[in-house]
Amino acid sequence: MKATQSPLFGSVDEVTERLASVGYLASTAVATTVYLADRLGKPLLVEGPAGVGKTELAKAVAASTESGLVRLQCYEGIDEARALYEWNHAKQLLRITAGQGNEDWDATRDDVFSEEFLLPRPLLTAIRREDPTVLLIDEMDKADVEVEGLLLEVLSDYQVSIPEMGTVTATRKPFALLTSNSTRELSEALKRRCLFLHLDFPDPDLERRIVLTRVPELPESLVDSLVRTVRVLRAMELRKVPSVAETIDWGRTLLALGMDTLDDEAVRATLGVVLKHHSDQTKATAELRLN
Amino acid sequence: MTVEAPEHGIPGHLVAFVGALRTHGVAVGPGETVDAAEVITALDLLRRTEFREGLAAALLRRSGQRQVFDTLFDLYFPPALGAATGSIEVPRDGEGGPVDVDRLRDLLADLLRDGDEERLRELARAAVDALGTAGATGTGVQGMNTQPSWSAYQALRLMSPETLLAQIMAALSQPGDDAFTDEVRRREIRDRIARFRQLVQDEVRRRTAEQRGRDQVAKTAVPKQAEQVEFLSAYAEQLAQLRRTVHPLARRLAARLAVRRKHAKRGQLDMRRTLRRSMSTGGVPMKPAYRTRRPGRPELVILCDVSGSVAGFSHFTLLLVQALREQFSKVRVFAFVEKTDEVTHLFEPGAELSGVMQRVLREADLTAFDGHSDYGHALGSFAEHWGEAITSKTSLLILGDARTNYRDPNLTALRRMIGVARHAHWLNPEPRRQWGTGDSAATRYADVIPMHECRTAGQLADVVEALLPV
Repeated sequence: MKATQSPLFGSVDEVTERLASVGYLASTAVATTVYLADRLGKPLLVEGPAGVGKTELAKAVAASTESGLVRLQCYEGIDEARALYEWNHAKQLLRITAGQGNEDWDATRDDVFSEEFLLPRPLLTAIRREDPTVLLIDEMDKADVEVEGLLLEVLSDYQVSIPEMGTVTATRKPFALLTSNSTRELSEALKRRCLFLHLDFPDPDLERRIVLTRVPELPESLVDSLVRTVRVLRAMELRKVPSVAETIDWGRTLLALGMDTLDDEAVRATLGVVLKHHSDQTKATAELRLN
Repeated sequence: MTVEAPEHGIPGHLVAFVGALRTHGVAVGPGETVDAAEVITALDLLRRTEFREGLAAALLRRSGQRQVFDTLFDLYFPPALGAATGSIEVPRDGEGGPVDVDRLRDLLADLLRDGDEERLRELARAAVDALGTAGATGTGVQGMNTQPSWSAYQALRLMSPETLLAQIMAALSQPGDDAFTDEVRRREIRDRIARFRQLVQDEVRRRTAEQRGRDQVAKTAVPKQAEQVEFLSAYAEQLAQLRRTVHPLARRLAARLAVRRKHAKRGQLDMRRTLRRSMSTGGVPMKPAYRTRRPGRPELVILCDVSGSVAGFSHFTLLLVQALREQFSKVRVFAFVEKTDEVTHLFEPGAELSGVMQRVLREADLTAFDGHSDYGHALGSFAEHWGEAITSKTSLLILGDARTNYRDPNLTALRRMIGVARHAHWLNPEPRRQWGTGDSAATRYADVIPMHECRTAGQLADVVEALLPV
């Protein structure tokens, strides 16, 4: 299997370039780990604060390699039937009723547990796809611990065992990417199977370029002071520090309001875009001498 | 200068590096080491940043481990050997003369103003080479091997980058700047100065490692992970870093607690509701009903020592309790040094908590005579004024090191409080072996009240988790 599958990327630089071509500016850390995950055929676990582009990364990898994106959104109470596969009971019952009288039971039984009555869910879909696939398992930490156990087989061997049918093995390994906000510790067993990437806020230069690609209408000098101010805000002890998404929002707001410099009046008027807690706003106003 | 050639080539070196990570509390299994080896084969080793990120991806499993990793990585895979020459030279009086510190400071000010990290790193390297030798040749006492020992303190004292702040600010200021622009700039420059200090320290660590062997340096000079920093010996920066981990920690505790609760409520049959339900199926209990236990939400009374070194520990614990507020129906906080005073109002939901300890010290009435902790009197005054705060629903938590300056520990008051409260626990940031030494009354208190050792955030989290009701 390994021999037939050619890697998606040829070098670390190629990762950076191709991600950039779809509008995702990757740091060295991101490019290197994506390259390695692809090369070593391992799933990639991305952890980090909200709004630094974890989900975006998966989308960008899919877009840049022209792979299909299969997404499993985790939530509390997600189970096997939602993540792996489910039997289509209603259809099975119909099949049994339809065949009543003119078929023997053995044939019917074999028939109702076949491909036709299987409802594949994201994990199985990703495993069975023949085309290049990016499997995104989003917000893994929201799911219960039991679901992790279920993922182990999928992520380490890229196969799914269905008791009634046998084992489905991937013909083509998907590029698997898990994200987590670290609201809880994931189990060691799961982490051990993955490469780990802690995605933090980008350095100022990168952030500047990100804002410029997202909001190209902004003048560069404004982006510069925007990014610098956000960095200062991040250094404060706030309840919720602004993320990249907030920097971009801020840029859009200033643009919509037609402001071309970031002076204290502009900041005072639009601080609510970056800081979402009242106490944070009060604190920033006082510390940055905005009044 | 000694450069140790590893015994088994790159694999041997990798194993040594992994070993060093393990000694610093980063759990790396053999599986991860094999992954790292695969990473080495897949990457271009000459591109150092990529190599570092690749190793981190294979070896690390948590975000808090990165600092330890980076420091050790610099020791095991140093960016340069010896006094690597860069494009920046230290200005000197004449060829080979003494360093012209004033011109060096001007150069530093320029670089700090522009904020080019690469050039700052080069300057740090050059400056350490020129200024960082304590006891260099011909300057007094020397070691046995006449090798200079490197000192970040000396290099930084001569350059004193902090004093450049005003100069840089003046160079950058433009007419019409408002207070806000000024403040942002000041904070930026201050950040860069701190970063430069860091660079100098990294450089000194690297030079020292070359001289004294890297294992020696790895043992002493690598920062600890936030959760393993001891409260009593932590300095301000470490405590600030620690406080940033409080919310993730609280979330983790709450999640673990939710799991415990889910498991705990299983399997208890509710007879009355089962029988009631069976009415609809003709008296046959088809669907058993289980009893769902409502989580008990105790009232919490916290009594914390806020004097001197214990304050860091008290602050962190109070933040943790605050972050876990949903788990309690009511929280009352009392601070004491010599006397006790209620400070609950400073910990209202939504209150600003980063400078809260200073406010406690400033606003609460805590001292009587000399401002040294007096546990006996504090407990006494608490019982006298707020005795009714403790009821049969209360969980009482006392935070402090029990160093009572040889004064009366007032066990009677404590015993009475414990008698009324539902639970009572004492969290002590001192290592257990120091309990009862000197003026510590810890062992005497421990006879009366269950006392837990909470030296680090990790330990504290475990204790708090065990104390939270299921």
